[in-house]
Amino acid sequence: MTGRGWAWFIGRRLLALVVLLVVISFVVFSLQYLAPGSVIDTLLGTNPRTPQEVQYLTNEYHLNDSFWEQYWIWATQAVRFNFGNSIQTSLPVTTEISERLPTSLFLGVYAYILTMVLGVGGGLIAALRRQRLLDRGIVAASMVALSTPAFVSGVFLIWLFGIEVHLFPVSGPGSGFFGDLAHLTLPAVALALTGMSFLVKHTRAAVIGVLDQDYLTFARARGLSPARVLLVYALRNALIPIVTMSGLILSYVIVGAVLVEDTFSLPGIGQLLVQSATAKDLPMLQGVAMLVATIIIVANLLADIAYMIADPRIRLGQGAS
Amino acid sequence: MTDTVVAAPPPAAPSPAARARPVTARRRRPSWVIVVCFVIVAVVVVMVVFGSVIAPQNPNAQNPLNALAKPGGAHWLGTDSLGRDVFSRLIAGARTAFIGPLVIAGASMLVGNLLGLWAGYRGGRVDTVIMRWVDLMWSVPGLLVIIVVSGTLGGGYWLAVGLLVILTIPFDTRVVRAAALEQAPRPYVEAARTLGVPGWRIMVWHIWPNVSPVAVANAFLNFAGSLTALAGLSFLGLGVAPGTPDWGLMLSEGLQDLFVNPVAVLAPGALIVLTATSMNLIGDWLQERLSSRGATR
Repeated sequence: MTGRGWAWFIGRRLLALVVLLVVISFVVFSLQYLAPGSVIDTLLGTNPRTPQEVQYLTNEYHLNDSFWEQYWIWATQAVRFNFGNSIQTSLPVTTEISERLPTSLFLGVYAYILTMVLGVGGGLIAALRRQRLLDRGIVAASMVALSTPAFVSGVFLIWLFGIEVHLFPVSGPGSGFFGDLAHLTLPAVALALTGMSFLVKHTRAAVIGVLDQDYLTFARARGLSPARVLLVYALRNALIPIVTMSGLILSYVIVGAVLVEDTFSLPGIGQLLVQSATAKDLPMLQGVAMLVATIIIVANLLADIAYMIADPRIRLGQGAS
Repeated sequence: MTDTVVAAPPPAAPSPAARARPVTARRRRPSWVIVVCFVIVAVVVVMVVFGSVIAPQNPNAQNPLNALAKPGGAHWLGTDSLGRDVFSRLIAGARTAFIGPLVIAGASMLVGNLLGLWAGYRGGRVDTVIMRWVDLMWSVPGLLVIIVVSGTLGGGYWLAVGLLVILTIPFDTRVVRAAALEQAPRPYVEAARTLGVPGWRIMVWHIWPNVSPVAVANAFLNFAGSLTALAGLSFLGLGVAPGTPDWGLMLSEGLQDLFVNPVAVLAPGALIVLTATSMNLIGDWLQERLSSRGATR
C-alpha cells in the first residue's frame, strides 16, 4: 500500500473510467438512430413539421454531417454539459436536470444512509441473537422486504401514513432542509427497505462467520469490553463483504429512486426520466442517461477504493484488474 | 379444485436435480413456510391457466355508475375508478405477472447456463471474455436501461421481457460458471475426456446434471426478480398497454383513489409481494436443499 501503488491503481482506474464513459456516450448518442423513423421525426416530437423547423433542427444537430462528425460534436458539447433542448419544454436539458438534481441527491443520500445503518445494524443484531426469536423475525422481515419492490412498499407507506398515522407528509417535495427531511422520509424508507434486506443477509452471515473465530474468543478472554470486541474486532473483518455490497446497494437506490419518485410525486431525476421516456424526449433521455451512468461509474470506483482500504490483504496488482 | 391447487407443480420441477445430491438431504421435509410458498405459487398458476373460468366478472367490463365501490356484495374487493371489478382484474392480471417472468427465467437459464458451462469448463480466454462481460453487466442498473430503451423504441411488455432476458443472463452465467469451475477438474470429467467425448457433450451431459441444483434454484430467484421488475415497468406506464389487467398497472391506476378504495391498490401490491417472496423462498430452499454449498453466497 505504498503511495506509488495507490497512484498507479487510481490512475489505471481513472483511465478505465474515461474509456467506459466514452463507450457509454457512444451508445447513448446512437439512441437517436435506433429510434423508429428519421432523426428529424424524433426531434420534432409533436411539433408541426414546417420547412423552417426542419432546417433549424438540421443545422442545430448537424444532421447533414457524417455519423462520426455528429457524434464528435455531440460528445464535445456533452463534456460541457450541453445536451441540447428538451423536446417537451424546449428548455435546455441541463437546466431541467439541475433543477431536479437537489431533490434526487437528497433522497439518494438519505436513503443510502438509512440502508447502510438499518442493514448493518439489523444484520449485527440478528447475528448476535442467532437462532433466537429476534433473529428469526429480522431474517423473515428482510426476506419479505427483499421481494417488495420500492413502489409497492411506497404505496403501503402512503396508505399507512395517509390514513392511519399522520406522522409524515405523504407526497410532494418540502421546503427548507427540515421540510425536505420530513417529506423525503417515507420515500427514503421505501427505498431503503429493499437494499437493506440484502445488507442484513450479508452482514449477518459475515458477522456469524467472524464470531466463531479464535481471535474473538481470545479478545473476550483478555477481558475486553463486549462493545469493543464487537465493534472493533468483529465488525472490522465483517466489513469487507459489506463494503463489496455497497456498490450494488447504490444501484438499487438509483433504480428504486425512479419508482419511488413516481409513487410519491417527487420532482426528481427519476420522475424526469420516466416522463421523458413516455414522451420520447430523446435529448432529455440522453442527458439523464449520461448523468446516471457517470454517477454509477464514479460510485463504483469509490466502492473499489473503500474495498482496498477495508481489506489490506488485497494485493494492488490483483485488485486493480 | 383443491386437488389441482396442491398438485399443480411449480414451473421447473426440482426432481431431476434432487438425484445428484446425497440421500440425507433428500429426506428432509420442507418447513411449513415452504409448503405455504408452494401453495401460493400453485394458486397463481391456477389463476394463470383457468383465469377466465374462475373470474366472477368480466375483468374489462366498465360500469361508471358503480365506480370506486367499497368491497362487498357482488364485488368482493370493490371496483376501480372505471367501475371494473378489482377481484376479477387481480385474477386476470396473474397472466402478465407470471408468463413474462417464466419466459425470462427460462430463456436466461438456457443461455446463461450454456455460457457459464463454457466459461467454467474451457477457462482461459473464453472465461476471461465472458466474465468481463458479466462484470460489466453486473453493475448496469437494468431497469434504467429498459426505461431508456423503451423511451427510444416505444416500450411495451414484450420489449421489456426481451431486455430483461439479456439483463438476467449474467446472473445465471456467474452462478453456473462458479459451479462448473468446481466440476471441471473432477475425475469423471477427465475420464470422459480420455474416452474422447466431445467437449460440448461433456459440458451438457456430464457437467450440467451436477451443477443443475444451483442453476434451477437461481432460476427461481430470477423469476422473483423479473416479476418485480416487470410490475415496476407497468407501474411506470412503460410495460403493458393501458387498460390491460396487470398488478403493476393496477397499483398506479388506483393510486389517486387510494383513500377511497385502498383495497384496489393494496391487493395487487400484496399479490406482487406474496408471489415474489414465495419464489425467492423456494429458490433459497432449493439451493440449500440441493446444493452442499451454503445459501448465503
